Amino acid sequence: MNRRLDRAAKGGSARGRRRRVRLLQLAHARSGDKGDTANIGVIARKPEYYPLLVREVTAARVARHFKGLITGPVERFELPNLHALNFLLHGALDGGGTVSLKTDAQGKVLSTALLRMEVEVPR
Amino acid sequence: MSDGAVRVAAGQGFWGDWLEAPYRQVTGGPVDYLMMDYLAEVTMSIMQKQKSRDPALGYATDFVPLMERLLPILVERRIKVTANAGGVNPRGCARAVAEVARRLGLAGRLRIGVVTGDDLLERLDALLGRGHELRNLDTGRPLAEVRDRVLAANAYLGATPVVEALAGGADLVITGRVTDTGLTLAPLIHAFGWRPDDWDRLAAGTVAGHIIECGAQASGGNCLADWETIPDLAHVGYPIVEARPDGTFDIVKHPGTGGRISVAGVTEQLVYEMGDPTAYITPDCIADFTTIRLAQVGRDRVRVSGVRGGPPTDRLKVSVAYFYGYKAVGTLVYAWPDALKKAKLADRILRRRLADLGLEFEAIRTEFVGAGATHGPLAALGPLADDLPEVELRIAVRSRERGPVERFTREIAPLILNGPPSVTGFAGGRPKPEEIVAYWPALIDRREVRPSVEFVDV
Repeated sequence: MNRRLDRAAKGGSARGRRRRVRLLQLAHARSGDKGDTANIGVIARKPEYYPLLVREVTAARVARHFKGLITGPVERFELPNLHALNFLLHGALDGGGTVSLKTDAQGKVLSTALLRMEVEVPR
Repeated sequence: MSDGAVRVAAGQGFWGDWLEAPYRQVTGGPVDYLMMDYLAEVTMSIMQKQKSRDPALGYATDFVPLMERLLPILVERRIKVTANAGGVNPRGCARAVAEVARRLGLAGRLRIGVVTGDDLLERLDALLGRGHELRNLDTGRPLAEVRDRVLAANAYLGATPVVEALAGGADLVITGRVTDTGLTLAPLIHAFGWRPDDWDRLAAGTVAGHIIECGAQASGGNCLADWETIPDLAHVGYPIVEARPDGTFDIVKHPGTGGRISVAGVTEQLVYEMGDPTAYITPDCIADFTTIRLAQVGRDRVRVSGVRGGPPTDRLKVSVAYFYGYKAVGTLVYAWPDALKKAKLADRILRRRLADLGLEFEAIRTEFVGAGATHGPLAALGPLADDLPEVELRIAVRSRERGPVERFTREIAPLILNGPPSVTGFAGGRPKPEEIVAYWPALIDRREVRPSVEFVDV
Protein backbone atom coordinates (compact mmCIF):
# COMPACT_ATOMS: atom_id res chain seq x y z
CA MET A 1 0.00 0.00 0.00
CA ASN A 2 2.62 2.48 1.13
CA ARG A 3 4.90 1.70 -1.78
CA ARG A 4 2.06 2.40 -4.18
CA LEU A 5 1.39 5.71 -2.45
CA ASP A 6 5.08 6.61 -2.63
CA ARG A 7 5.18 5.87 -6.34
CA ALA A 8 2.02 7.86 -6.83
CA ALA A 9 3.33 10.87 -4.93
CA LYS A 10 6.60 10.85 -6.87
CA GLY A 11 5.68 10.03 -10.41
CA GLY A 12 1.92 10.27 -10.67
CA SER A 13 0.93 12.45 -13.57
CA ALA A 14 -2.03 14.76 -13.29
CA ARG A 15 -3.59 13.14 -16.36
CA GLY A 16 -3.31 9.58 -15.07
CA ARG A 17 -6.06 7.52 -13.51
CA ARG A 18 -6.83 8.39 -9.92
CA ARG A 19 -8.16 6.59 -6.89
CA ARG A 20 -9.47 7.58 -3.50
CA VAL A 21 -7.73 6.85 -0.20
CA ARG A 22 -8.45 7.84 3.35
CA LEU A 23 -6.44 10.82 4.58
CA LEU A 24 -5.39 8.57 7.49
CA GLN A 25 -3.06 6.75 5.05
CA LEU A 26 -1.31 9.98 4.06
CA ALA A 27 -1.26 11.90 7.33
CA HIS A 28 -1.42 11.85 11.10
CA ALA A 29 -2.92 14.63 13.19
CA ARG A 30 -3.48 16.20 16.60
CA SER A 31 -6.26 18.56 17.62
CA GLY A 32 -7.05 20.88 20.51
CA ASP A 33 -9.12 23.89 21.52
CA LYS A 34 -9.07 27.63 22.09
CA GLY A 35 -12.48 28.65 23.37
CA ASP A 36 -15.14 27.58 20.86
CA THR A 37 -12.54 27.13 18.10
CA ALA A 38 -10.86 23.79 17.46
CA ASN A 39 -7.53 23.44 15.70
CA ILE A 40 -6.45 20.38 13.76
CA GLY A 41 -2.82 19.99 12.77
CA VAL A 42 -2.49 17.55 9.86
CA ILE A 43 1.00 16.17 9.24
CA ALA A 44 2.17 14.28 6.14
CA ARG A 45 3.39 10.77 7.02
CA LYS A 46 6.17 11.34 4.47
CA PRO A 47 7.46 14.66 3.09
CA GLU A 48 6.51 13.48 -0.44
CA TYR A 49 2.84 13.43 0.57
CA TYR A 50 2.79 17.10 1.59
CA PRO A 51 2.00 18.50 -1.89
CA LEU A 52 -0.95 16.09 -2.07
CA LEU A 53 -2.26 17.44 1.22
CA VAL A 54 -1.87 21.04 0.05
CA ARG A 55 -3.76 20.26 -3.14
CA GLU A 56 -6.52 18.03 -1.75
CA VAL A 57 -7.19 19.14 1.81
CA THR A 58 -8.36 22.70 1.21
CA ALA A 59 -10.24 24.85 3.70
CA ALA A 60 -13.35 24.49 1.55
CA ARG A 61 -13.12 20.68 1.55
CA VAL A 62 -12.62 20.57 5.31
CA ALA A 63 -15.63 22.86 5.76
CA ARG A 64 -17.71 20.48 3.58
CA HIS A 65 -16.41 17.47 5.53
CA PHE A 66 -17.58 18.96 8.84
CA LYS A 67 -20.82 20.46 7.43
CA GLY A 68 -23.54 20.42 10.07
CA LEU A 69 -21.00 19.72 12.82
CA ILE A 70 -19.51 23.22 13.06
CA THR A 71 -21.23 26.59 12.96
CA GLY A 72 -18.39 28.87 11.78
CA PRO A 73 -15.84 29.10 8.97
CA VAL A 74 -12.66 27.05 8.45
CA GLU A 75 -9.22 28.65 8.05
CA ARG A 76 -6.10 26.91 6.74
CA PHE A 77 -2.43 27.69 7.38
CA GLU A 78 0.55 26.00 5.71
CA LEU A 79 3.71 24.82 7.46
CA PRO A 80 5.88 23.48 4.62
CA ASN A 81 8.83 23.20 7.02
CA LEU A 82 6.94 20.60 9.08
CA HIS A 83 5.03 19.16 6.09
CA ALA A 84 1.90 20.11 7.98
CA LEU A 85 -1.32 22.05 7.58
CA ASN A 86 -3.14 23.74 10.43
CA PHE A 87 -6.90 24.16 10.34
CA LEU A 88 -9.00 26.37 12.58
CA LEU A 89 -12.61 25.25 12.89
CA HIS A 90 -14.66 28.06 14.36
CA GLY A 91 -17.80 27.24 16.32
CA ALA A 92 -16.82 23.59 16.56
CA LEU A 93 -17.24 22.91 20.26
CA ASP A 94 -20.80 23.77 21.32
CA GLY A 95 -19.57 26.85 23.19
CA GLY A 96 -16.27 25.30 24.16
CA GLY A 97 -14.46 24.35 27.35
CA THR A 98 -16.66 24.04 30.40
CA VAL A 99 -19.87 25.29 28.73
CA SER A 100 -19.95 22.54 26.08
CA LEU A 101 -22.12 19.46 26.63
CA LYS A 102 -20.13 17.36 24.16
CA THR A 103 -18.10 14.31 25.19
CA ASP A 104 -15.35 15.83 23.08
CA ALA A 105 -15.73 19.33 24.52
CA GLN A 106 -12.10 20.16 23.76
CA GLY A 107 -12.04 18.79 20.23
CA LYS A 108 -9.38 16.22 21.08
CA VAL A 109 -10.60 13.65 18.55
CA LEU A 110 -11.64 15.97 15.73
CA SER A 111 -8.15 15.10 14.47
CA THR A 112 -9.15 11.56 13.53
CA ALA A 113 -12.58 12.74 12.38
CA LEU A 114 -10.75 14.74 9.70
CA LEU A 115 -8.52 11.76 8.83
CA ARG A 116 -11.68 9.94 7.71
CA MET A 117 -11.81 12.25 4.70
CA GLU A 118 -11.22 10.59 1.33
CA VAL A 119 -8.78 12.25 -1.04
CA GLU A 120 -7.82 11.58 -4.63
CA VAL A 121 -4.33 10.32 -5.36
CA PRO A 122 -2.76 9.26 -8.66
CA ARG A 123 -3.07 5.53 -9.25
CA MET B 1 26.80 20.36 32.00
CA SER B 2 30.36 20.45 30.70
CA ASP B 3 29.30 21.04 27.09
CA GLY B 4 27.58 24.28 28.05
CA ALA B 5 24.12 22.83 27.44
CA VAL B 6 21.30 23.48 29.89
CA ARG B 7 18.67 20.84 30.54
CA VAL B 8 15.12 21.83 31.39
CA ALA B 9 12.89 18.87 32.26
CA ALA B 10 9.09 18.86 32.06
CA GLY B 11 7.58 17.49 35.27
CA GLN B 12 3.86 18.24 34.98
CA GLY B 13 1.78 19.14 31.92
CA PHE B 14 -1.33 20.12 33.88
CA TRP B 15 -2.76 20.00 37.41
CA GLY B 16 -3.57 16.31 37.70
CA ASP B 17 -0.69 14.96 35.60
CA TRP B 18 1.31 11.83 36.58
CA LEU B 19 2.73 12.32 40.08
CA GLU B 20 5.70 10.01 39.39
CA ALA B 21 6.92 12.09 36.44
CA PRO B 22 8.74 14.88 38.33
CA TYR B 23 10.42 12.37 40.64
CA ARG B 24 11.62 10.33 37.67
CA GLN B 25 12.84 13.49 35.92
CA VAL B 26 15.12 14.55 38.79
CA THR B 27 16.45 11.05 39.55
CA GLY B 28 16.72 9.49 36.06
CA GLY B 29 19.70 11.51 34.82
CA PRO B 30 21.24 14.96 34.84
CA VAL B 31 18.88 17.96 34.64
CA ASP B 32 19.39 21.61 35.63
CA TYR B 33 15.79 22.79 35.88
CA LEU B 34 12.47 21.13 36.58
CA MET B 35 9.57 22.95 34.87
CA MET B 36 6.03 22.31 36.03
CA ASP B 37 2.91 23.72 34.38
CA TYR B 38 -0.24 23.53 36.49
CA LEU B 39 -2.62 26.07 35.02
CA ALA B 40 -5.30 25.44 32.41
CA GLU B 41 -7.80 28.07 31.35
CA VAL B 42 -10.35 27.52 34.09
CA THR B 43 -8.01 26.29 36.82
CA MET B 44 -7.69 29.80 38.26
CA SER B 45 -11.42 29.98 39.04
CA ILE B 46 -11.31 26.69 40.94
CA MET B 47 -8.41 28.09 42.96
CA GLN B 48 -10.20 31.41 43.51
CA LYS B 49 -13.17 29.47 44.92
CA GLN B 50 -10.89 27.54 47.30
CA LYS B 51 -9.25 30.77 48.42
CA SER B 52 -12.61 32.39 49.18
CA ARG B 53 -13.34 29.48 51.56
CA ASP B 54 -9.86 29.50 53.11
CA PRO B 55 -7.53 32.50 52.51
CA ALA B 56 -4.49 30.22 52.99
CA LEU B 57 -5.47 28.17 49.90
CA GLY B 58 -5.87 29.01 46.20
CA TYR B 59 -2.86 27.17 44.77
CA ALA B 60 -2.12 23.68 43.39
CA THR B 61 -2.16 21.83 46.70
CA ASP B 62 -0.52 18.73 45.15
CA PHE B 63 2.63 20.78 44.74
CA VAL B 64 3.40 20.84 48.47
CA PRO B 65 3.60 17.06 49.15
CA LEU B 66 5.42 16.73 45.82
CA MET B 67 8.05 19.23 47.01
CA GLU B 68 8.28 17.37 50.30
CA ARG B 69 9.31 14.30 48.32
CA LEU B 70 11.64 16.12 45.91
CA LEU B 71 13.31 18.90 47.92
CA PRO B 72 16.12 16.82 49.43
CA ILE B 73 17.03 15.59 45.92
CA LEU B 74 16.69 19.06 44.38
CA VAL B 75 18.93 20.66 47.01
CA GLU B 76 21.55 17.91 46.79
CA ARG B 77 21.70 18.01 42.98
CA ARG B 78 21.22 21.78 42.72
CA ILE B 79 18.23 21.43 40.44
CA LYS B 80 16.08 24.56 40.26
CA VAL B 81 12.32 24.61 39.82
CA THR B 82 9.99 26.88 37.85
CA ALA B 83 6.30 26.23 38.51
CA ASN B 84 3.07 28.18 38.13
CA ALA B 85 1.62 26.15 40.98
CA GLY B 86 0.95 29.38 42.90
CA GLY B 87 -2.39 29.88 41.16
CA VAL B 88 -4.21 32.81 42.77
CA ASN B 89 -2.11 32.60 45.95
CA PRO B 90 1.61 32.25 45.14
CA ARG B 91 2.61 33.65 48.56
CA GLY B 92 0.44 31.08 50.34
CA CYS B 93 1.98 28.32 48.22
CA ALA B 94 5.50 29.57 49.00
CA ARG B 95 4.71 29.67 52.74
CA ALA B 96 3.45 26.08 52.67
CA VAL B 97 6.55 24.89 50.77
CA ALA B 98 8.86 26.83 53.14
CA GLU B 99 7.24 25.13 56.11
CA VAL B 100 7.81 21.72 54.57
CA ALA B 101 11.43 22.63 53.77
CA ARG B 102 12.11 23.63 57.39
CA ARG B 103 10.61 20.37 58.60
CA LEU B 104 13.01 18.55 56.26
CA GLY B 105 15.94 20.35 57.90
CA LEU B 106 16.70 22.55 54.90
CA ALA B 107 16.72 25.84 56.85
CA GLY B 108 19.36 28.18 55.40
CA ARG B 109 19.69 26.13 52.22
CA LEU B 110 16.73 27.20 50.12
CA ARG B 111 15.49 30.46 48.63
CA ILE B 112 12.01 30.63 47.12
CA GLY B 113 11.17 33.30 44.53
CA VAL B 114 7.53 34.38 44.39
CA VAL B 115 6.11 36.02 41.26
CA THR B 116 2.88 38.00 41.61
CA GLY B 117 1.17 40.86 39.79
CA ASP B 118 -0.91 38.78 37.37
CA ASP B 119 -4.05 38.85 39.54
CA LEU B 120 -6.36 41.65 38.34
CA LEU B 121 -9.50 40.68 40.26
CA GLU B 122 -9.17 43.41 42.92
CA ARG B 123 -8.35 46.01 40.27
CA LEU B 124 -11.07 45.04 37.81
CA ASP B 125 -13.53 47.86 38.56
CA ALA B 126 -10.76 50.45 38.44
CA LEU B 127 -9.59 49.11 35.07
CA LEU B 128 -13.12 49.05 33.62
CA GLY B 129 -13.68 52.53 35.04
CA ARG B 130 -10.63 53.82 33.17
CA GLY B 131 -12.02 52.58 29.88
CA HIS B 132 -10.41 49.14 29.58
CA GLU B 133 -13.38 47.20 28.22
CA LEU B 134 -11.72 43.76 28.26
CA ARG B 135 -13.81 42.68 25.28
CA ASN B 136 -14.16 38.94 24.72
CA LEU B 137 -11.66 37.94 22.01
CA ASP B 138 -14.13 35.44 20.53
CA THR B 139 -17.44 37.31 20.76
CA GLY B 140 -16.40 40.98 20.96
CA ARG B 141 -18.70 41.60 23.95
CA PRO B 142 -17.50 43.97 26.72
CA LEU B 143 -16.73 42.43 30.13
CA ALA B 144 -19.21 44.79 31.83
CA GLU B 145 -21.97 42.40 30.68
CA VAL B 146 -20.81 39.67 33.06
CA ARG B 147 -18.90 41.79 35.61
CA ASP B 148 -21.11 40.79 38.54
CA ARG B 149 -20.39 37.11 37.88
CA VAL B 150 -16.60 37.32 37.50
CA LEU B 151 -14.71 34.82 39.69
CA ALA B 152 -11.11 35.35 38.56
CA ALA B 153 -9.15 37.65 36.26
CA ASN B 154 -5.46 37.09 35.54
CA ALA B 155 -3.04 38.57 33.05
CA TYR B 156 -0.54 36.20 31.46
CA LEU B 157 2.96 37.17 32.58
CA GLY B 158 5.99 36.13 30.55
CA ALA B 159 9.48 34.94 31.42
CA THR B 160 10.84 38.29 32.67
CA PRO B 161 9.81 38.12 36.36
CA VAL B 162 10.88 34.46 36.53
CA VAL B 163 14.32 35.45 35.20
CA GLU B 164 14.44 38.18 37.86
CA ALA B 165 13.68 35.62 40.56
CA LEU B 166 16.40 33.26 39.28
CA ALA B 167 18.87 36.16 39.07
CA GLY B 168 18.02 36.96 42.70
CA GLY B 169 19.20 33.50 43.69
CA ALA B 170 15.90 31.63 43.86
CA ASP B 171 16.16 27.84 43.86
CA LEU B 172 12.42 27.48 43.49
CA VAL B 173 10.27 29.98 41.56
CA ILE B 174 6.57 29.82 42.38
CA THR B 175 4.32 31.93 40.19
CA GLY B 176 0.70 32.75 39.48
CA ARG B 177 -0.45 33.01 35.86
CA VAL B 178 2.89 32.88 34.05
CA THR B 179 2.65 31.44 30.52
CA ASP B 180 3.48 27.78 30.11
CA THR B 181 6.26 28.69 27.68
CA GLY B 182 7.73 31.35 29.98
CA LEU B 183 8.52 28.69 32.60
CA THR B 184 10.96 27.04 30.14
CA LEU B 185 12.21 30.20 28.44
CA ALA B 186 13.16 31.90 31.74
CA PRO B 187 15.84 29.36 32.78
CA LEU B 188 17.41 29.62 29.30
CA ILE B 189 17.51 33.45 29.40
CA HIS B 190 18.99 33.23 32.89
CA ALA B 191 21.58 30.57 32.07
CA PHE B 192 22.72 31.99 28.72
CA GLY B 193 22.27 35.70 29.38
CA TRP B 194 20.13 36.17 26.25
CA ARG B 195 19.37 39.85 25.66
CA PRO B 196 15.76 41.01 26.01
CA ASP B 197 15.64 41.91 22.30
CA ASP B 198 17.34 38.78 20.96
CA TRP B 199 14.06 37.79 19.33
CA ASP B 200 15.27 34.66 17.52
CA ARG B 201 16.67 33.13 20.70
CA LEU B 202 13.62 34.15 22.75
CA ALA B 203 11.45 32.58 20.05
CA ALA B 204 13.58 29.41 20.17
CA GLY B 205 13.14 29.19 23.95
CA THR B 206 9.42 29.74 23.49
CA VAL B 207 9.20 26.90 20.96
CA ALA B 208 11.12 24.71 23.42
CA GLY B 209 8.56 25.62 26.08
CA HIS B 210 5.65 24.84 23.77
CA ILE B 211 7.09 21.42 22.95
CA ILE B 212 7.44 20.30 26.58
CA GLU B 213 4.56 22.21 28.25
CA CYS B 214 2.16 19.27 27.84
CA GLY B 215 4.58 16.76 29.33
CA ALA B 216 4.55 13.34 27.69
CA GLN B 217 2.55 14.59 24.69
CA ALA B 218 6.00 15.28 23.20
CA SER B 219 7.54 11.93 24.12
CA GLY B 220 5.06 9.33 22.89
CA GLY B 221 1.92 10.02 24.92
CA ASN B 222 -1.28 10.67 22.95
CA CYS B 223 0.77 10.25 19.79
CA LEU B 224 -1.08 8.98 16.71
CA ALA B 225 2.00 8.40 14.54
CA ASP B 226 2.98 4.72 14.90
CA TRP B 227 1.20 4.55 18.26
CA GLU B 228 1.12 0.77 18.35
CA THR B 229 4.91 0.52 18.34
CA ILE B 230 5.69 3.16 20.98
CA PRO B 231 7.47 1.20 23.71
CA ASP B 232 6.74 1.01 27.43
CA LEU B 233 4.30 3.89 27.95
CA ALA B 234 3.89 2.53 31.49
CA HIS B 235 7.29 4.08 32.23
CA VAL B 236 7.12 6.91 29.71
CA GLY B 237 10.03 9.34 29.96
CA TYR B 238 8.85 12.95 30.05
CA PRO B 239 10.58 15.31 27.60
CA ILE B 240 13.71 17.30 28.38
CA VAL B 241 14.99 20.36 26.51
CA GLU B 242 18.75 20.21 26.10
CA ALA B 243 19.50 23.79 25.01
CA ARG B 244 22.64 25.50 23.75
CA PRO B 245 23.55 29.19 24.01
CA ASP B 246 22.98 29.73 20.25
CA GLY B 247 19.29 28.94 20.62
CA THR B 248 19.33 25.48 19.07
CA PHE B 249 18.16 22.64 21.27
CA ASP B 250 17.44 18.92 21.35
CA ILE B 251 14.34 17.26 22.75
CA VAL B 252 15.44 14.14 24.65
CA LYS B 253 14.37 11.90 27.53
CA HIS B 254 16.22 9.95 30.18
CA PRO B 255 17.86 6.67 29.10
CA GLY B 256 15.92 3.53 29.95
CA THR B 257 12.55 5.24 30.03
CA GLY B 258 9.57 4.38 27.82
CA GLY B 259 7.96 6.41 25.09
CA ARG B 260 9.62 7.83 22.01
CA ILE B 261 11.12 11.15 20.88
CA SER B 262 10.56 11.34 17.12
CA VAL B 263 10.13 14.06 14.51
CA ALA B 264 6.56 12.85 13.96
CA GLY B 265 5.71 13.04 17.67
CA VAL B 266 7.35 16.42 18.23
CA THR B 267 5.54 17.76 15.16
CA GLU B 268 2.21 16.60 16.61
CA GLN B 269 2.94 18.59 19.75
CA LEU B 270 4.10 21.64 17.76
CA VAL B 271 0.75 21.91 15.98
CA TYR B 272 -1.23 21.30 19.18
CA GLU B 273 -3.47 24.25 20.12
CA MET B 274 -1.94 26.30 17.33
CA GLY B 275 -3.49 29.32 15.64
CA ASP B 276 -1.65 31.25 12.93
CA PRO B 277 1.72 29.44 12.81
CA THR B 278 3.59 32.55 11.66
CA ALA B 279 2.57 34.43 14.82
CA TYR B 280 2.67 32.44 18.05
CA ILE B 281 2.18 35.37 20.41
CA THR B 282 3.51 35.38 23.98
CA PRO B 283 4.34 38.22 26.39
CA ASP B 284 8.03 37.63 25.54
CA CYS B 285 8.07 37.56 21.74
CA ILE B 286 6.26 36.40 18.63
CA ALA B 287 7.58 33.06 17.36
CA ASP B 288 7.27 32.02 13.72
CA PHE B 289 6.57 28.27 13.68
CA THR B 290 7.08 28.13 9.91
CA THR B 291 10.82 28.66 10.49
CA ILE B 292 11.29 25.63 12.76
CA ARG B 293 13.59 22.89 11.45
CA LEU B 294 13.43 19.41 12.98
CA ALA B 295 15.89 16.56 12.56
CA GLN B 296 16.18 13.11 14.12
CA VAL B 297 19.85 13.24 15.18
CA GLY B 298 19.84 10.15 17.36
CA ARG B 299 17.62 7.60 18.98
CA ASP B 300 15.02 9.52 21.04
CA ARG B 301 16.74 12.79 20.14
CA VAL B 302 15.19 15.47 17.91
CA ARG B 303 17.16 18.62 17.06
CA VAL B 304 15.29 21.91 16.75
CA SER B 305 16.91 24.82 14.93
CA GLY B 306 16.26 27.76 12.64
CA VAL B 307 13.62 29.40 14.83
CA ARG B 308 12.95 33.06 14.00
CA GLY B 309 10.99 35.53 16.07
CA GLY B 310 10.06 39.16 16.56
CA PRO B 311 9.02 41.58 19.28
CA PRO B 312 5.80 40.98 21.23
CA THR B 313 2.68 43.14 21.00
CA ASP B 314 1.96 45.96 23.46
CA ARG B 315 -0.91 44.01 24.99
CA LEU B 316 -1.12 41.03 27.32
CA LYS B 317 -3.74 38.33 27.30
CA VAL B 318 -6.11 38.27 30.25
CA SER B 319 -8.08 35.20 31.22
CA VAL B 320 -11.31 35.95 33.04
CA ALA B 321 -13.46 33.23 34.60
CA TYR B 322 -17.13 33.91 35.31
CA PHE B 323 -20.11 31.99 36.63
CA TYR B 324 -22.29 30.80 33.76
CA GLY B 325 -24.91 28.35 35.06
CA TYR B 326 -25.38 24.62 35.63
CA LYS B 327 -25.10 21.38 33.73
CA ALA B 328 -25.53 17.66 34.34
CA VAL B 329 -24.82 14.49 32.38
CA GLY B 330 -26.80 11.26 32.74
CA THR B 331 -25.84 7.92 31.20
CA LEU B 332 -27.46 4.50 30.72
CA VAL B 333 -26.14 1.48 28.84
CA TYR B 334 -28.36 -0.53 26.46
CA ALA B 335 -27.36 -4.03 25.33
CA TRP B 336 -27.89 -6.21 22.24
CA PRO B 337 -30.21 -6.84 20.50
CA ASP B 338 -31.10 -3.48 18.94
CA ALA B 339 -29.01 -1.58 21.49
CA LEU B 340 -28.99 1.64 19.45
CA LYS B 341 -32.75 1.54 18.79
CA LYS B 342 -33.43 1.08 22.50
CA ALA B 343 -31.13 3.97 23.43
CA LYS B 344 -32.84 6.19 20.86
CA LEU B 345 -36.28 5.32 22.23
CA ALA B 346 -35.11 6.05 25.79
CA ASP B 347 -33.85 9.43 24.61
CA ARG B 348 -37.23 10.28 23.05
CA ILE B 349 -39.08 9.21 26.22
CA LEU B 350 -36.78 11.26 28.45
CA ARG B 351 -37.10 14.38 26.29
CA ARG B 352 -40.91 14.01 26.28
CA ARG B 353 -40.94 13.79 30.08
CA LEU B 354 -38.71 16.86 30.44
CA ALA B 355 -41.10 18.75 28.15
CA ASP B 356 -44.16 17.51 30.06
CA LEU B 357 -42.57 18.82 33.26
CA GLY B 358 -42.23 22.23 31.60
CA LEU B 359 -38.47 22.32 32.25
CA GLU B 360 -36.56 24.83 30.17
CA PHE B 361 -32.96 24.31 29.22
CA GLU B 362 -30.50 26.38 27.27
CA ALA B 363 -29.39 23.15 25.61
CA ILE B 364 -30.10 19.42 25.67
CA ARG B 365 -27.56 17.19 23.93
CA THR B 366 -27.85 13.47 23.28
CA GLU B 367 -24.93 11.28 22.25
CA PHE B 368 -24.87 7.54 21.63
CA VAL B 369 -21.47 6.45 22.88
CA GLY B 370 -20.20 3.56 20.77
CA ALA B 371 -22.36 4.58 17.83
CA GLY B 372 -20.86 7.88 16.69
CA ALA B 373 -20.68 10.14 19.76
CA THR B 374 -17.36 11.72 18.81
CA HIS B 375 -17.40 11.68 15.00
CA GLY B 376 -21.16 12.02 14.49
CA PRO B 377 -22.44 11.29 10.97
CA LEU B 378 -18.83 11.01 9.71
CA ALA B 379 -18.78 7.55 11.29
CA ALA B 380 -21.12 5.62 9.01
CA LEU B 381 -22.10 2.45 10.88
CA GLY B 382 -23.92 0.71 8.02
CA PRO B 383 -25.43 -2.69 8.89
CA LEU B 384 -23.33 -2.71 12.08
CA ALA B 385 -25.79 -0.22 13.62
CA ASP B 386 -28.34 -2.98 14.25
CA ASP B 387 -25.86 -5.40 15.78
CA LEU B 388 -23.82 -3.36 18.28
CA PRO B 389 -23.18 -5.29 21.53
CA GLU B 390 -24.04 -2.20 23.58
CA VAL B 391 -24.56 1.55 23.31
CA GLU B 392 -24.30 4.15 26.04
CA LEU B 393 -27.01 6.78 26.03
CA ARG B 394 -25.41 10.00 27.23
CA ILE B 395 -27.73 12.93 27.69
CA ALA B 396 -26.58 16.31 28.96
CA VAL B 397 -28.48 19.47 29.86
CA ARG B 398 -27.47 23.06 30.55
CA SER B 399 -29.39 25.88 32.18
CA ARG B 400 -28.73 29.26 33.75
CA GLU B 401 -30.83 28.04 36.72
CA ARG B 402 -30.09 25.15 39.05
CA GLY B 403 -33.74 24.01 39.37
CA PRO B 404 -34.30 22.40 35.95
CA VAL B 405 -30.88 20.71 36.04
CA GLU B 406 -31.58 19.30 39.50
CA ARG B 407 -34.94 17.91 38.32
CA PHE B 408 -33.32 16.39 35.22
CA THR B 409 -30.93 14.36 37.39
CA ARG B 410 -33.98 12.56 38.90
CA GLU B 411 -35.40 11.54 35.51
CA ILE B 412 -32.63 9.11 34.51
CA ALA B 413 -33.02 6.23 36.99
CA PRO B 414 -36.76 5.71 36.43
CA LEU B 415 -36.00 4.72 32.82
CA ILE B 416 -34.37 1.54 34.08
CA LEU B 417 -37.76 0.12 35.11
CA ASN B 418 -40.19 2.13 33.01
CA GLY B 419 -38.33 2.49 29.68
CA PRO B 420 -36.91 0.18 26.99
CA PRO B 421 -35.39 -3.18 28.05
CA SER B 422 -31.83 -4.56 28.36
CA VAL B 423 -30.60 -1.53 30.27
CA THR B 424 -27.81 -1.39 32.83
CA GLY B 425 -24.88 0.72 34.02
CA PHE B 426 -26.49 2.93 36.64
CA ALA B 427 -24.29 1.85 39.52
CA GLY B 428 -22.86 5.35 39.90
CA GLY B 429 -26.22 6.66 41.10
CA ARG B 430 -27.97 9.91 40.28
CA PRO B 431 -25.84 12.46 38.38
CA LYS B 432 -24.92 15.67 40.17
CA PRO B 433 -25.59 19.19 38.89
CA GLU B 434 -22.30 20.89 38.18
CA GLU B 435 -21.58 24.62 38.28
CA ILE B 436 -20.29 25.95 34.97
CA VAL B 437 -17.43 28.44 35.19
CA ALA B 438 -16.89 29.90 31.74
CA TYR B 439 -13.79 31.38 30.19
CA TRP B 440 -13.55 34.95 28.87
CA PRO B 441 -10.33 35.72 26.99
CA ALA B 442 -9.40 39.40 26.58
CA LEU B 443 -6.44 41.71 26.03
CA ILE B 444 -5.07 44.53 28.15
CA ASP B 445 -2.43 47.25 27.68
CA ARG B 446 0.74 45.71 29.11
CA ARG B 447 1.59 48.93 30.97
CA GLU B 448 -1.34 48.18 33.29
CA VAL B 449 0.29 44.98 34.52
CA ARG B 450 3.22 45.22 36.91
CA PRO B 451 4.82 41.90 37.76
CA SER B 452 6.52 41.75 41.14
CA VAL B 453 9.13 39.41 42.61
CA GLU B 454 9.81 38.70 46.27
CA PHE B 455 11.84 36.10 48.11
CA VAL B 456 11.21 33.72 50.99
CA ASP B 457 14.39 32.41 52.62
CA VAL B 458 13.89 29.09 54.34
